[in-house]
Amino acid sequence: MREKREYILLTFQTTSEAMAMERFCGKREIPGRLIPVPGEVSAGCGLAWRMPAEEFPVYETAIRDSGILPENRVRLLL
Amino acid sequence: MIYLDNAATSFYRPPGVERAVVEGLRTLGNSGRGAHEPTLRASRLIYGAREQLARLFHAPDASRIAFTCNATEALNTAILGLFSPGDHVITTVSEHNSVLRPLYEMEERGIEVTYLAVDEAGRLLYDKLEESRTEHTRAVVVTHASNLTGNVTDLGRVSEFAGKYGLLLIVDAAQTAGLLTIDVEKYSIDVLCFTGHKGLMGPQGTGGLYVRPGLSVRPLKTGGSGSHSYERHHPSVMPEALEAGTLNSHGIAGLSAALSFIGEAGVTELHEKALGLARRFAEGAGNIRGVRLYGDYAAAERAAIVTLNIGGEDSARVCDWLWEDYGICVRGGAHCAPLLHRALKTGKQGAVRFSFSCYNTKEEVDLALQAVRKLSE
Repeated sequence: MREKREYILLTFQTTSEAMAMERFCGKREIPGRLIPVPGEVSAGCGLAWRMPAEEFPVYETAIRDSGILPENRVRLLL
Repeated sequence: MIYLDNAATSFYRPPGVERAVVEGLRTLGNSGRGAHEPTLRASRLIYGAREQLARLFHAPDASRIAFTCNATEALNTAILGLFSPGDHVITTVSEHNSVLRPLYEMEERGIEVTYLAVDEAGRLLYDKLEESRTEHTRAVVVTHASNLTGNVTDLGRVSEFAGKYGLLLIVDAAQTAGLLTIDVEKYSIDVLCFTGHKGLMGPQGTGGLYVRPGLSVRPLKTGGSGSHSYERHHPSVMPEALEAGTLNSHGIAGLSAALSFIGEAGVTELHEKALGLARRFAEGAGNIRGVRLYGDYAAAERAAIVTLNIGGEDSARVCDWLWEDYGICVRGGAHCAPLLHRALKTGKQGAVRFSFSCYNTKEEVDLALQAVRKLSE
């Protein structure tokens, strides 16, 4: 099996919000990428922004100030 | 061939449009349906197009732009999705059937409609707005420009009336999106319906609507949304609320390229060129004996449309002569605006519509004038 790693997942209500987050993070060089929402996570939109858990605190404020409101934030081994 | 039927659909498009559609066919997956690169590419492209449209219409938030396949679908969504039995709606006799028929349908379901009249030049009688209102009036549905006369609606005036009584303002921008400056916030427009293939010069099968934040519209269609899959009801969050099924990402790719072109060239600049050609044609045609023009040509703001008849000649026949003898493409007959045809007394004859774009030339205008002159002899 693939070795698992801890990530923070931000989920969204709509694809548009997920795309806005990807655009925002890309512009600010915030690490991560969009992934399909894993089955154990309940989310409206099928896309989640995934970033390494250890890097999340560095960018947490920037993400919060982006104006894009995630539906949920989840810590998960993937 | 001289193509002067741009109010029906654009024919000459920015070169990037064709490239973008072909590129889209080769590279795009299904937007919002996963996270592999082809589907993300489609999602990014569609999100980018929403942003472009939000900028064009001065909308506060790109997520308030939903895509449809044309202005008709957008207008059906708004009209069937906002009103309930007992509501009263004010519209105008200048409307296209894409407004009238959904309203007729809603009349059968119990709403009441008042049709604002026009004068002999097809100008709306704004003074009659007040007397059109009842205690049940919920909205004003109005075209931004008549597809028959090219007359532009004074949105400031209608908006002031709607604002005074807290009415919804729904605008049909089929003939103006990409051609006239549209500011949804300035005019407090609640719903703006547009098509992608006319003034925006994108592919057919593209269009959409802007819905003001806080306003909820019942969807025309429900189904796959790429989100909330286990819920019985379609998601209520914009833009997915009004988008069911796979979007036309290939068409939207072309529309996005057209929007980039318009953004660089400038809405006003492109329209001024088309309107200048229309005015040149109107001035020439107005001086030809036997030609009657329809519309208000003294108005400062107009769509680049010139509609006329030659004597009592059937407009469909004139239209066909122009094509067969001169290679000129125009539209004749009825123009899906039955109430305005009746008001202008062209119900039987129809009218010949010449509509111009930034891609037409003065030489084409002069050749069209020569043809009309010849046919009038």
